[in-house]
Amino acid sequence: MSKSFGFLKKNDRTIDYDKNDRALFYYLMRVEPSAALCIACGACTATCSSGNFSSLDLHKIMLSIRRGEKVYIAKEITQCVLCGKCQLVCPKNVNTRGIIFQIMSFLQSSQL
Amino acid sequence: MKFHWFVVPFSAGLIFLILYLIILYTKWIVKLPKSDKKILSGTVFSSKIFNIVWEIFSEALLHIRIFRKNVLLGYMHSSFAFGWFLLIVTGAIETQLFASKPINHLYEPIFFKFFNTTAPNNSLHKAFAFLMDLWLLYVLSGIFLALSKRFYSRIMGLKKTTQLYWTDQIALISLWLIFPLRLLAESSTTATYQNGSFLTNTAGIYLEQHFNISNMSIYLWWAYSIDLLIFFGLLPFSRYMHIPTEIVLIALRHAGFKTKNEINSFSQIEIHSCSSCGICIDACQLQSVTNRNNMVPTYLFQKERYGKVLKPDLYNCLFCGRCEEACPVNISIINIKLARRKERLLKSKQNYQYLSKIQPTSTTTEILYFAGCMSHLTPSITRSMIKIFEHLNISYYFLDKDDTICCGRPLMLAGKIQDAQKLIEKNTDLIKASKAKIMITSCPICYKIFNEEYNLPVKVMHHSQWLSESLTDCNKLKLNQSAKTAVYHDPCDLGRGSNIYDEPRNVLKQLLNVIDKKAIQKEKSLCCGGSLADFYLNENDRVKIARNAYVQLINDEDYLITSCPLCKKTFQKVADKPVLDIAEIIVYNLS
Repeated sequence: MSKSFGFLKKNDRTIDYDKNDRALFYYLMRVEPSAALCIACGACTATCSSGNFSSLDLHKIMLSIRRGEKVYIAKEITQCVLCGKCQLVCPKNVNTRGIIFQIMSFLQSSQL
Repeated sequence: MKFHWFVVPFSAGLIFLILYLIILYTKWIVKLPKSDKKILSGTVFSSKIFNIVWEIFSEALLHIRIFRKNVLLGYMHSSFAFGWFLLIVTGAIETQLFASKPINHLYEPIFFKFFNTTAPNNSLHKAFAFLMDLWLLYVLSGIFLALSKRFYSRIMGLKKTTQLYWTDQIALISLWLIFPLRLLAESSTTATYQNGSFLTNTAGIYLEQHFNISNMSIYLWWAYSIDLLIFFGLLPFSRYMHIPTEIVLIALRHAGFKTKNEINSFSQIEIHSCSSCGICIDACQLQSVTNRNNMVPTYLFQKERYGKVLKPDLYNCLFCGRCEEACPVNISIINIKLARRKERLLKSKQNYQYLSKIQPTSTTTEILYFAGCMSHLTPSITRSMIKIFEHLNISYYFLDKDDTICCGRPLMLAGKIQDAQKLIEKNTDLIKASKAKIMITSCPICYKIFNEEYNLPVKVMHHSQWLSESLTDCNKLKLNQSAKTAVYHDPCDLGRGSNIYDEPRNVLKQLLNVIDKKAIQKEKSLCCGGSLADFYLNENDRVKIARNAYVQLINDEDYLITSCPLCKKTFQKVADKPVLDIAEIIVYNLS
């Protein structure tokens, strides 16, 4: 499958920081501070093994963590196979596998 | 009846210990997985029993594996175990032969000199008294070494020694006191009756002259007895639980029990067999390079005993297997950690519906090439493999050429064994559909899981194995010899993980001069630090570990050669010499 890196027209949407729950972001800042290094360049998404077949998009997840979009993250993260390619290509040396693991263990203990 | 009130603490301690152990072991053995229990009854009446007895003698008493690590350390461990064992056995025989009847077998051998004050009069009795003193001296010399190890562990080849939990510390002090107290108590009696031998008699005479020790006799016997009570009372709740448990472990292991994917009561027996000897501390690169302690098995099992294991203790580990290799008790450390990881992520489930999009294709080729995710990030390896295939005119099918699906081992390492199963099923379908006979993979991580968890109709080979076979097989592959020197680095999953040490070396020997680094090769090889098993290690620490390993591996050799894409990628960050895969160096030397 090929990937489209062109521009798409997207529908309007709002991110309501007052309503969103940023607990996951604060949790990650505590247990895996390298998450703050992410520049959302998308190298992880480009190399992703699962992303070839599914909607999994790690750099979008990294953005959603800051925004507190927990439902989206919970849905997407279940497609990851933890193969670790994202970690090897990351230009900012973010511990991406560590982040995904921490998200998994955070989500299993928190109510959605 | 020979009785004095001071025997009560000892007897109470011993009875408590025996009852406690019987109840605990019965509970554990009853709880063993039902499927495995049949092998237990089959073992009792087979020749395995001789192996069991021999291993109990050589490992639980003599500690031969520790002797191999360091003679002094082995002597120290064996002096406690074998020395005490000899004291008990010789004491029991001595009581049987020379005590005035009736004999009280529960405590009389322990307090023999107090109850039997007639000096040895025949040569046999003298020999026994001599032996008892000799064994006591043997144990005392071990205590002297143990004390000096606490101050300066390097004399025994240990850079670091275990920091003990408070129950362990009290138990340790009580253990160390048992034998000096025994010496003092016996000397105080022999000072009056001369019923000892070279050690106790001499000590008795000396101490009588200077301290009037015979007046304190009864207090010393009390102290000896109470100290035994403290030790026996603390034994089940401290690291000294390994003394009885190791015997059970050896028997069950020979019967065929092992820890796999879940913590059962056999794993509990393994955990309690850890003696916190501390040999694994020096083996752990995370400990020596990044100064972390929590994942080192000796500390992990300490926490296991008190139910205080935290997430980083389990997930901050490279799974390189160096600790398991070093462990003198052969505890399956990695399987226990993996099973504990599984328990941590039970509720989190993955969703791999997209796998159904991938359609299997059938081929007519005999050889299947599975590069693996990591090799796709080191295209020089896959390109070299393809070049070799083409050079040999071998038709092959590149199974994961465009879109890879993972082999499942990274998921497994995270403890998500059920989710990994979905990938295993999918891959098995793909491989079966291809109808090939041999599958070659470039990645040791994939190789390990293909061998261990998959049930495949094809022969799985790591590319180093296949290359070695092609080289020996009617000179299919012709290579130029070069004068360059190289060091071969054994990847964890290929070496310790899959026991492949010789094939890559056979290949390299025909190409260049391979320099041996005995201290850090084969079973003792270092981890590059890139491991997929660690979820906590940040990039800085990974680089530190890689640099530390690289500096030890390379002095002035021309190449660092490995056979794992992940090792290659990790070492490349710190290397000042080319880091090559075994396939690449072959392509360089093709004639």
